[in-house]
Parts: sequence; C-alpha cells; structure tokens
Amino acid sequence: MNNRDAYDTAMNEITQVIQQIAPDAQIETKQRLTVTVRPDQLHPVIEALYRNETLRFDYLISLTGMDWGDRLGAIYQLSSSVDLTQEVIVITAMADRDNPLLYSVTDLYGTAHLNEREIYALFGIRFINNPDMRRFLLNDHWRGFPFRKDYIHDPKLNPETVVSSEIIDMAPRIMEREDGALVEETVAVFGEEDYIVNIGPQHPSTHGVMHFRTSLDGEIVKKIDVHSGYIHRGIEKLCESMTYPQMLHLTDRLDYLSANINRHALCMCIEKAAEIEVPERAQYIRTIMDELQRISSHLLAWATHCNDLGATTAFIYGMREREHILDIFDKTCGGRLIVNQNVVGGVMFDIYPDFQKDVKAFIPYMRGRLKEYDDFFSHNAIALGRMVHIGLLSREDAISYGVTGPAGRASGWSCDVRRYKPYALYDRVEFKEIVRTEGDSYARYLNRLDEIEESLHIIEQLIDNIPSGEVCAKVKPIIRIPAGQFFQSVETGKGEFGVFIESSGDKNPTRVKFRSPSLSAVSVIPLISKGAFLSDLIGITGSMDFVIPDIDR
Amino acid sequence: MEVNDVKIKAFPAEEFKDNDTLQLYIDELKKAGGSVIVGKLDQLIDWGRANSLWPIAFATSCCGIEFMAAASAHYDLSRFGMEVTRNSPRQADVMVVAGTIVNKMAPLLRRVYDQMAEPKYVVAMGACSISGGPFLNSYNVVQGVDRILPVDVYIPGCPPRPESLFYGLLQLQRKVKVERFFGNKRIKRNYRPETLTNPETGETIDPQIDFDNE
Repeated sequence: MNNRDAYDTAMNEITQVIQQIAPDAQIETKQRLTVTVRPDQLHPVIEALYRNETLRFDYLISLTGMDWGDRLGAIYQLSSSVDLTQEVIVITAMADRDNPLLYSVTDLYGTAHLNEREIYALFGIRFINNPDMRRFLLNDHWRGFPFRKDYIHDPKLNPETVVSSEIIDMAPRIMEREDGALVEETVAVFGEEDYIVNIGPQHPSTHGVMHFRTSLDGEIVKKIDVHSGYIHRGIEKLCESMTYPQMLHLTDRLDYLSANINRHALCMCIEKAAEIEVPERAQYIRTIMDELQRISSHLLAWATHCNDLGATTAFIYGMREREHILDIFDKTCGGRLIVNQNVVGGVMFDIYPDFQKDVKAFIPYMRGRLKEYDDFFSHNAIALGRMVHIGLLSREDAISYGVTGPAGRASGWSCDVRRYKPYALYDRVEFKEIVRTEGDSYARYLNRLDEIEESLHIIEQLIDNIPSGEVCAKVKPIIRIPAGQFFQSVETGKGEFGVFIESSGDKNPTRVKFRSPSLSAVSVIPLISKGAFLSDLIGITGSMDFVIPDIDR
Repeated sequence: MEVNDVKIKAFPAEEFKDNDTLQLYIDELKKAGGSVIVGKLDQLIDWGRANSLWPIAFATSCCGIEFMAAASAHYDLSRFGMEVTRNSPRQADVMVVAGTIVNKMAPLLRRVYDQMAEPKYVVAMGACSISGGPFLNSYNVVQGVDRILPVDVYIPGCPPRPESLFYGLLQLQRKVKVERFFGNKRIKRNYRPETLTNPETGETIDPQIDFDNE
C-alpha cells in the first residue's frame, strides 16, 4: 500500500467518525480534509478527533478567528503528534454578532487558552468553559473588536494616553453548569493573600516586553499570569489592506531573529496559491540563507540564555560568531538583521561572487567555536546546576501546548517541519533531527547547539552544488491568488511558523494569520515554572527562547 | 558659539552631515537667555556628561537586537563611554527607545521616562519610534514617541545599523556639549503631545505633568 492509499484509508476512517457525530457536517477532501460544522457540534467533533484511536489529533496547530462579514467563526487546524503530515481543518461559523459564543477546547489543548483569549480581544467571540476569558493582547477597556470587518478605528474611542491604568486581576468567564445552563461569573486570578511581583514589561531578562505577574511563596513561584500585547502592532489586520508583495516586509518583523525564514513561509504560501514555479537556483539560495539564519537565531538564543544565567562572556562570544553570519547577509543584500531577500517567485538578489568562499570559511570556524562553547560552558558546574532537571516539560504537555522547535524536541516530540512536510530542498539533503527526552532546560540548551551543527551539515551539502540560472521567476506586479484558504508552515529557529491566507480572488487577502511558535512557548511557562525558584524562572524563559513581537503580532 | 567649536573626541565636527540642526539648537539656547560663552566649569561638566552617557535600552522589538549588537564586542559601544547599559531608569542618562511603541505600552514608556533623573535625554531609534514606521496605519501603534515624550535625536532605519546608532549617539554627545549647567534650563524640543487624553475622563492631559513627582 503506497502513501496515497494509506492516507485515503486514514481519511475515510476519520470522515466516518465525524459523520457519526455530526451527520450534516460538510466534508471536503480536495487538498486537506476540511469539515464545516455547526457551533454546537464543534466540541464533540474535535473531541472525537482528539480521542480517535488509530490517529489521535492531539496537536492544535493554530486557532484562527474569522469574520466573513455576515458570520463570525473560527478555524481549528488539527494535526497528529505522531504524524505531522495528517491534518484536519474544522470550521465553524455563526450569524450572531452581538453575543457570539463558542465552546472552548482548553480541556483538550493547552494552547487553546491564550488563542481563545486572543480571539475574544480581536473578534469578540467568547468561549464557554474557558477558565479565564480576559482579553489577551489588548487592554481590558479597549472599545470594539479591531479585527471585525465593520470596525472603524476611531482615536477618540481608543486614544493613546500616558495615564497608566490599574491591572485588575479579576477574570470574567462563562461556565456551563451540569444542567446545561450558562453562568456568567467573575473569578479572582490570584488569592487575596498572594504576594505578586511584576516581572516586565520593561525587564532585561524577559527577552522583550513580556509581562509576567508572578505570585510568590517566599522564593518559590506559585502562579504566573501572562500579560502580553505590549507590542501588538496589528500586523494581521494591516495585511488585509495590502497587496501580496507589500505584505512581505511585515513578516520579517514578527520573529526578527528568523526574519528570512518567516518570509520564506509567506512567499511559499503565495507561490503555492498562485502556482508560481520557483527556479532551482533560488531554492538553493533560500535554503542556505534559511540555515544561516537558523544558526544566527540559535546563537542569539544561546547567548541570551547564558547571559540570563549570569555568563556575560558567553553573550559576547555568541554575538561575535553571529556577526560573521550577518556580514554574509550584509554582502548578499545589504540587510543585517532583516534581510529582505525572499520575494514571491524567488529571491531579490543573486548571491555575491565570494558567497561560497565566505560560507565555506564560516563552517569550520563555527565548528571550532561549538567545541569552545562545549568546553567552557556546557559542562560548567554552575550552568548544570541551573539547567539540569529545571523547567521540566513532559512530552504530553509539549504537544498539548503546541511547543515545537528545539524546545518541543527536547521533550521527546519529533516535530521538525523540515522532516515531516519538506519544503525548498529539505527533501534532498541529509540531516538528523535532534530529539532528546529529558525535557529540561539543559536538553533545550543542548538541542540548539546540536542543531547548529546540523545546519552546518545541510549548508555543506548545498554550497558547492548551486546550479546556475535565474534567481526569480517572472511574476506580475499585481499578484492575484484564487479564492480559497492556503496554509504553509516552516521550521524557524523557534519552531513551527505558519502562514494562513484566506483569499477571495482579489489582490488583497481577506484574512491573514500567522501561527506563532513563541506564543506556544510562552503559554507553557506558567506550567513549567510552577514551583521553581524565582531566579530559575529567568533561566527557564531563556531556555524556551521566545520573541515577543512574534507572540503579539 | 558656533557648530565648529563643538568638539567631541570620536568624530570631527565638519564630518557631521547635519550641522544646521545643531546650529539651530545653539541659537535657541542663546534665545532662551544667558550668555552662551561657556565657563570653564561648564566645560568640565559637559565633558564628563558627554563621555559617560549611560543608556537604558527601552527595547521592544527588532531595533533592540541591533542595540545589543552595537553593545557587544564587534561594534563596541564602550568606545564612547556608553557601555554601561542600566536596567534601572534611575541610573540612566539617555533612554534609547528601540522599537514600536503601542497604545498599551505608551503609559509605561512615559513612566520609565519620568523615573529618570535630570538631565535626561531620549533617542528615538528606528522608523517605528520616529513615526510608527511600517505600522503607521495600525489601530494600536503610537505614531512616534515624540507624542509621549521629548526626543533629542532621531535615528532612521528599519532597523538602523549599529553605525547609524553610533552616529546618532555622537550627535547626542554634541548636544550635551553645548548645554550649560549653570544658567538657563534645557530646552525640550520635538515634543507634540497635543493629542494625549485621559481615556477615563476624556480630558486633555497637561503635557508638562510629571507623574513620578505627583
């Protein structure tokens, strides 16, 4: 039985499971299995997929709020932790715009919690049974729901101000009682006696403008309440008013440490939709640049993680090696941090004549430095004391919270998008997926260093074989992609980054959503740092390696 | 006093490209009163201040990484006496606003600014903090930090390279050098707080209000 048959059999079985629960669900199997259900069937259908014996759909890739003008709804993109190639899309919609309600899936997927709060802030859809239904990203007193199509921004309603507003730790929520009645209630986030410390938003160790409200018992972390949105720029909304080539530069500014890789995802998504063939040479350049970017991202993650643990020397070393990569970027296209290299159809600039020479000089240099890192920090007694058995994340939690990338793989979850859904040239190169099972800070630390070695190995295989030819396909200045929904995910330095585009066939998209690996990483922090020392919380956040603009978007 | 008399160690005056702006600033200082003939004591104080500007990096996004790159070994910010990045605003002289400021962050930015001790300076690093940059049309982005606090130096770029950051910081050193410790007050330019309102009452906010000393 070949792959295609196996896939069909699996999908037939899933279709039957869904039809048993929701007989009137619309099921499409054109590219991916897409199921449209009524809002009241949503939770049973997703639960059945979650508990499906042969293939458990236990990984919620992304949860996208939608406004189709007349209807509000959500798109659930589910996958299986054992086989990331299997995907099911569950769509639901309702006509009620005044008080839209959906059932929460937080009981099945940990990552749903923050995503549902985000959808409430942006679309105004509230989720029944979500234990804490405050707005995420926006302030509590924000008027209106900015991602709705009928929202008109009025600075008078939501003015910019310099007056701080108090943080109220009361969470509204809607719970369903056993008899089926809905109860609106407000609960306190912290206990009355709790001693709360604000870590962030302007704090050097939170890697940006993250705000953890931390309740402490002496030196032990009791509970963390994640506040975010201090850099919520509304990028997804901005994209809706832009043409496809214009959108490209915004993805660079999401996770700026993986700028090139993010942009690669968006380019591929548009190319897939508009059926543009990318020249072979461009694929080589893209893959090599992606891997260089991944090394630079991991180097910065390593440097800041060590800095969080008190090793300033390591920070200087990591930044030093990173400059070598930035020099190569700089010579290729003039950008250092934000590269602006990928465009729809290929790459903007060809590589410079000495590119291969520079990259080949960098590989042995970096190998030597990895040895140096190993010698001076990886076995340091203090470093080990602050990383080993600290911040334990189990495999189940990693999947439930959707923690991908080096952090997910440190918990024993094989989740490399490059392996499961190969793009560019990843199906032609050999590389090892680094998986560890310890699940602690040290495993995440080692994973990053080992992935640098794997990236070097990938570059080595490609650098001598770059074919000659065009670097960019001929693309019309105004790109129109056919009506429909398109998704493309890539492996960035932080994990699975995804681009979702819904198009109506026009020159702008109707909805764009970015699946953020950092959001998953930060949503799991309250879980893994519970009971840890306050000083270890900083080390744990360093080991998770998140970028805040990627969370807030 | 003329522009060419303002000398800093790292860079000769004639190599700066926008000497006119500094000349305008000097003229404004003159108009504000007092003689601009700097006494020996003033010179000493300015020399000390200009060469030990301790920054606090109010880094929210991409520009923060370039600030880090500028502070580390390859570019080495310490050549200009600025390597002591302070994490507390109370110990810092210059705030480098590196990154987009959104509505939710604006009160906190102002609070950090108010917590700094005088004399204090603000550098707006990158397109976002100058005008909102690529996110100008967003519903949640402050269109330039000069709506919230007075800015001394703007550094364009998205993000600016470390070299641009240095150029801006050297400009700031020159601005510090022309100031007088004795006599007239500092002039706060580039501040347009007209639009600030209190969201609860809807009233316009007095821009001079110092929240820290209320």
